[in-house]
Amino acid sequence: MSKSPLTLHRNPKFRAAIVQAALVFLVFYAFYSLYQTTVFNLEERGIRTSPSFFDQVAPFKVGFSPFLDFELGTTTYIKVFYIGVLNTLLVAVLGIIAATFLGFFIGILRSSNNWLAKKVALIYVEIFRNMPLLLQIMFWNFAIFLAFLPPPKQSLEFGSFFLNGRGLHTPVPIVEHSLLFKVWLGVVILSILLSFIFRRWAKIRFNNTGKSLPVLSISFSFIIIISISAFYILGQPLTVDIPVLGKFNFKGGGQLPLPLFSLWFALTIYTSAFIAENVRAGISSVSKGQIEAARSIGLTRSQMVKMIIIPQSMRVIIPPTISQYLNLTKNSSLAMAVGYEEVVAVWANISLNQTGQALIIIAMTIIFFEFCSLFTSFILNMYNKRIQITER
Amino acid sequence: MIKDDSIIKITKLNKWYGKFHALKDIDLSVGTTEKIVICGPSGSGKSTLIRCINRLEVHQEGSIKVDGIELSDDIKQITEIRSDVGMVFQHFNLFPHLTVLENCSLAPIWVRKKSKVEAEQMAMELLEKVRIPDQVNKYPGQLSGGQQQRVAIARALCMQPRIMLFDEPTSALDPEMIKEVLETMIELADSGMTMIVVTHEMGFANRVADRIIFMDEGQIVEQNDPDSFFNKPQSDRTKLFLSQILDH
Repeated sequence: MSKSPLTLHRNPKFRAAIVQAALVFLVFYAFYSLYQTTVFNLEERGIRTSPSFFDQVAPFKVGFSPFLDFELGTTTYIKVFYIGVLNTLLVAVLGIIAATFLGFFIGILRSSNNWLAKKVALIYVEIFRNMPLLLQIMFWNFAIFLAFLPPPKQSLEFGSFFLNGRGLHTPVPIVEHSLLFKVWLGVVILSILLSFIFRRWAKIRFNNTGKSLPVLSISFSFIIIISISAFYILGQPLTVDIPVLGKFNFKGGGQLPLPLFSLWFALTIYTSAFIAENVRAGISSVSKGQIEAARSIGLTRSQMVKMIIIPQSMRVIIPPTISQYLNLTKNSSLAMAVGYEEVVAVWANISLNQTGQALIIIAMTIIFFEFCSLFTSFILNMYNKRIQITER
Repeated sequence: MIKDDSIIKITKLNKWYGKFHALKDIDLSVGTTEKIVICGPSGSGKSTLIRCINRLEVHQEGSIKVDGIELSDDIKQITEIRSDVGMVFQHFNLFPHLTVLENCSLAPIWVRKKSKVEAEQMAMELLEKVRIPDQVNKYPGQLSGGQQQRVAIARALCMQPRIMLFDEPTSALDPEMIKEVLETMIELADSGMTMIVVTHEMGFANRVADRIIFMDEGQIVEQNDPDSFFNKPQSDRTKLFLSQILDH
């Protein structure tokens, strides 16, 4: 007693450990009994939980599979899962890119001094942020695109892109000669590497002499000139397949089916409204004093934006924008409403109904989304760490 | 007053914030190497006046000439004047995402087009002058208020300005730190810099100023050398102000 003044039951560390151990046990027990019950119930209905169905042939059609070949009657369930995953990733990546550009544009408008631009951006944000996403997806798909887009014969033309009621037809590059194409790719990569070396050299020269060069435009023109001349010297190893209107539909080229187009459009609009708010918050987080200090030392407006406002506002913009990216990826599962074949639709819905393997299928879908989210936030958190401000 | 070699010449300056008349018919010329302290109650327009000199505030009437260049909407002229006029703010306004050294070398590199080596060398010299040489690779958030303000002074000096404006440089500091900043400013004054200082530090004014200007309600009420200003104030408003800030 004299040596240890605390008896075991009054020691806060010991008590915390006991409580935590009890909690962990309870949680595990709950999961275990849930698992047991599910397995029991499934077996009652004659379903044995086993991954053996992976190699069975899927008896349904997946219409949109741009990366893997789908053939009704030979494609297995596990391949259907991969197709779903890739389709989810496709719309997520397309949506994230478009929502970022649109969100930054609207957010900058919202922070501008122009009265009209400010109000337009405000109305945009308030409309699209406050409407349920499912409703927006259905609105764009059924009320706008399906209702107003013309049939293939009267497609809206944007260069070699054609938009109609079935979707967006795009040109697709086709490799004519695979060896020469690889040579050409090598030349392009080499020119990019060279321009990086040039950039480093220009930076060192700038640090030593204070003389600056238009590095960006020089490297871009260098890369473009090299790529184009190499392309023709090697005898055009790549051709572009442009969609051509046939009797009833387009032939050749690639197609973004309307469900994908509507889903991408709705996710972009919806998420961009949130990103715009993050951008506005980031810009307004840079205090007036910073701008005055930048002006007082004689920086021009563009120097001030580049060196003072952007670096400081990015640290406010990035963390909430990460969660918008995650939201967009998860929200893509609402595609069921318009029939886009992403992972929840083809795997967690159709495949599950066909096989009854609820346990494995749902677990795989959950793990996929968890992985996406954790991967995205891992990458962006690394970037975020680099730009955070050191204090104390 | 030295009229001939005046480096700043302000005539009939008027400024309004909406309907509020912030500056009323200000006439002021500042000679080269002259040190001017502006004091007055809050809202009297002292900060507004010096912020007009480097166009952080836009005046509506009258003219301001700095080094012979008239302040107008011409962006090129404004940038030119700003790089010749250094400014120190009440809240330091250092760039929190840049190190002390980067804060100081930023404008010499991008505005004066100096090489990085040269700009950093000069920044180091000036940081030594304000006694911050050991902290050059720290970020502003890691420094005390007094140290930050001295870095801010060094940052302004790195542009080799001909005029330095100080907008209440010690108002946001603890008493101990006020002293270290004022010492730096006194050294700067002794080196012959033209300075306009808005402050309530009457000891500093007495020690450094060639002329003290008292402002109230947007007007210059009284201006005089420190001796006459403190001992024989002319107007009742000045007497009241002095009694209020010196009597405790």
